[in-house]
Amino acid sequence: MTKKKFILTFPPTLIEEPITYNLIKNYDCRINILKATVRPKAEGRMVIELNGSRESVAAGLDYLKKIGIQVEPLAQEVHYIKERCSHCTACIPHCPTDALSVDREEMKVSFHGERCIICEACLPVCAYKAMEIRF
Amino acid sequence: MSKTIAEINEKIKKGKAVVVTAEEIIELTKKRGAKKVAQEVDVVTTGTFSPMCSSGAYFNVKQPTPKMKMGGGKAYLNNVPVYAGFAAADIFLGATAMPDDDPRNAVYPGQFLYGGAHVIEELVAGKMVILTATAYGTDCYPNKKRETKLSLKDFNDAVLFNPRNGYQNYNVGINISDRVIYTYMGVLRPRMGNANYCSAGQLSPLMNDPMYRTIGLGTRIFLGGGIGYVCWPGTQHTPTAPRGKNKVPKSGAGTLAVIGDLKQMNAQWLRGVSITGYGPTLAVSIGIPIPILDEEMVVFTSVEDKDIWAPVVDYSYDYPQGTGKILGEVNYADLKSGKITFKGKDIPTGGLSSYHKAREVAETLKRWLLKGKFLLTEPVASLPGA
Repeated sequence: MTKKKFILTFPPTLIEEPITYNLIKNYDCRINILKATVRPKAEGRMVIELNGSRESVAAGLDYLKKIGIQVEPLAQEVHYIKERCSHCTACIPHCPTDALSVDREEMKVSFHGERCIICEACLPVCAYKAMEIRF
Repeated sequence: MSKTIAEINEKIKKGKAVVVTAEEIIELTKKRGAKKVAQEVDVVTTGTFSPMCSSGAYFNVKQPTPKMKMGGGKAYLNNVPVYAGFAAADIFLGATAMPDDDPRNAVYPGQFLYGGAHVIEELVAGKMVILTATAYGTDCYPNKKRETKLSLKDFNDAVLFNPRNGYQNYNVGINISDRVIYTYMGVLRPRMGNANYCSAGQLSPLMNDPMYRTIGLGTRIFLGGGIGYVCWPGTQHTPTAPRGKNKVPKSGAGTLAVIGDLKQMNAQWLRGVSITGYGPTLAVSIGIPIPILDEEMVVFTSVEDKDIWAPVVDYSYDYPQGTGKILGEVNYADLKSGKITFKGKDIPTGGLSSYHKAREVAETLKRWLLKGKFLLTEPVASLPGA
């Protein structure tokens, strides 16, 4: 099994293509859409997490490339700099996936990268600059 | 039976004082009753760690040769302008000052990555800063231009002096408009998307001495990791704010002006912060010991989050326009649970004041007292009372 995140960029002509359906149905990939911007007559962008056997993920990616979608591995990540965090909890209501959470007993903040969808909502919210985006 | 501060100090010196935090005393009082606790406990330690904008530091700079009079001239520390309208060598650096070329909110919301508060943090962390100054030159102070690198130890004096800190209670900020707003209460999402609060509640110094019986001018405190003093009531000190039955104010009330030697402070406890769309500011830690003189002080220091209420204020219209409107009240137990139910809506909460750090301050001060290296002070004069 392999699990990886990718940024897909597709030209306006491919907006109609049901790519998630095809990835699931024809390539047996579990797909998790982390972020999507799809507008009529404009370039679309989608951040997905692909989960499946090595072969099916490879075949799925092959399919995407073949129909003209640009596929890049997601190298961008949100980093939590523990030493800078003051545990004030200002970020908590802004994190949509509980990647940032609080132990209410300790009143201590922690970051769970695997739940982060790189929405970047925490970045302007942290006054201590404990959240950073890295490429 | 009541105790005096002198008696408690004798116990501290002998290492025999019983010291608990403002959190620990809550359970203790529930179990043993206020009367017994008044006999058993000598000191309760409080703590808070939060952005406190009315903060700054003054410095006395060693004279170069030839000498220079900065008073009436212009001076900067790491490009952050400082106030130089004193004598030849004194400057004041405000926490929220920022470089002249900072874009501020021209690109909205501004990031405010560097300001006076960051200079203070860097100095306390042992880093060098660049002082640049221009002066008009006099017969006794001919030097007109100076640029030099300095670290904290190079200043003759470096004193943290904050005109308004340690607010006794504060607003809970929400946003009832349809757009995101960037305020000093943090990023507030539209349609009451979040509610931000800013107090350590039951651990906060003035919440535990609501009528200012023991905290007054001259009170020795934990300040920025070092020792400081309450030197005056803070600006906007408003003892007449409405209070609950427990005498705790239901909105911002008392405040403290505090002062202390910056050279003994610690960057862990004095942090430069950047509030998006608002500005740079300084996160300050303050811990105040409260002598348990009698039963009333036990009752005061045993106050709990669920009995401390804060006003909910809209920061999209009511706050900026100064309408004075309060949308409702919520207590700190609910605020700290991560969610409040307000006007029929579940609203996630965020803190600006770090309870985790407040606890560390109270624990540190407790250790100092137990080791006998920190003594209590009689107030020289009281804060204006209710």
